[in-house]
Amino acid sequence: MAWNRDQMAARAAAELSDGMYVNLGIGLPTLVPNFVDDDVELVLQSENGILGVGAYPVEGAEDPDLVNAGKETVTVRPGASFFDSALSFGMIRGGKIDAAILGAMQVSATGDLANWMIPGKMVKGMGGAMDLVHGAKKVIVLMEHVARDGSHKIVAECSLPYTGRGVVQRIITDLAVIDVTPDGLVLVELAPDVTEEQVRDATGAPLRTALTV
Amino acid sequence: MDKVVSSAAEAVADVASGSTLAVGGFGLCGIPSVLIRALLDLGVDDLEVVSNNAGVDDWGLGLLLGAGRLRRVVASYVGENKEFARQYLAGELEVELTPQGTLAERMRAGGTGIPAFYTATGVGTQVAEGGLPWRYDSEGAVAVASPAKPTARFDTVDGEKEFVLERAIVADVGLVRAWKGDRHGNLVFRSAARNFNPLAAMCGRVTVAEVEHLVEPGELDPNEVHLPGVFVHRVLELAPDERDDKRIEKRTVRPAADAARTEGA
Repeated sequence: MAWNRDQMAARAAAELSDGMYVNLGIGLPTLVPNFVDDDVELVLQSENGILGVGAYPVEGAEDPDLVNAGKETVTVRPGASFFDSALSFGMIRGGKIDAAILGAMQVSATGDLANWMIPGKMVKGMGGAMDLVHGAKKVIVLMEHVARDGSHKIVAECSLPYTGRGVVQRIITDLAVIDVTPDGLVLVELAPDVTEEQVRDATGAPLRTALTV
Repeated sequence: MDKVVSSAAEAVADVASGSTLAVGGFGLCGIPSVLIRALLDLGVDDLEVVSNNAGVDDWGLGLLLGAGRLRRVVASYVGENKEFARQYLAGELEVELTPQGTLAERMRAGGTGIPAFYTATGVGTQVAEGGLPWRYDSEGAVAVASPAKPTARFDTVDGEKEFVLERAIVADVGLVRAWKGDRHGNLVFRSAARNFNPLAAMCGRVTVAEVEHLVEPGELDPNEVHLPGVFVHRVLELAPDERDDKRIEKRTVRPAADAARTEGA
């Protein structure tokens, strides 16, 4: 059985260890902190200028001056700090953020990422995605294995405009965990009762396996 | 020294049509909403705006946009505004999309005497290679596309890598919102409302700050000044109703019963 959204988030949470500075994209990645063990303390970065993002506020405590990168009202945790956008992206570009977990439209066999633009549709902008994929020490994509129309999202080469080239290290989907290596894509983990063949069918690029049967 | 002006109209009175404005804020958080409205009242048009976002249809820069006052926008994300999309796709508005960190650094560089800088952000994409649609014609075809930018390879701790040259931004006018400011223009920002405000202030040739609380010189602890007054030329004290008139784009809350529980890692 494939992982559901919560299980995907829980699998991504297993990538994170105590003391890490982490940036989470909007959507599914925002669920990840709910599945981090109690003894793991992460510092969440929000690229608009917060280290130490906390939970949503209780009703009535919303503060228009305190929003995350998704423009949602948030709170901060003890030890938090605020800074301007140049310093925020300075710490991203400077390799100080340990991991970024983000969604994708396409990921290629060489770790190219496309997640910001569909030609012919209204282009809304890349926000901080292009900065994050070059700056974070580890870039993890968390997404459904195939698109809603069944087309491949993990592909030999992206057909959509790039967010970055050769930037993704690990892909976590509802079916599997796949690493991007110098020798191509490597299957490292299957969701329960998902077969290697199912993953190959759902993947549009050659896939080696690191699994032992 | 006293940089305080008596009204929003006075603060922006000499802004000319055709000017380039650097505007602070992220989404609707920390935007200089009173100064933006004063520009609307002033009637200037043909403006180029450098700002991370472009407001929403009825607030912030969306007011200038809706009145047809903007010629060009430099931003990283513009997805919150229907009228923006309409003007862009109809060829009425030129849009230069720039990665958020590159935008912040271009503004910082412009304010600190650095004409250009190299960054890895955008390498291998249309940001570096060109072809991003800046302006459409009335038929919906791309009339102006972004040019290719120079690249160079540099040694890094991870080996040789490619970087793209990005140009600094200097604006005719910087418009920002601060929490506290004194008569010298020293500013303190509040929480995540800091965002692009110090950078918009730095890159303006003339910078106007609207402040929620005006204090006398000496009242701000020099240790706690976020932006020194050297970057600020005019200070506007907001009235209480202007100070409190803030919008929230996405109101997200948790049940009060959860309040004691820690979450968010």
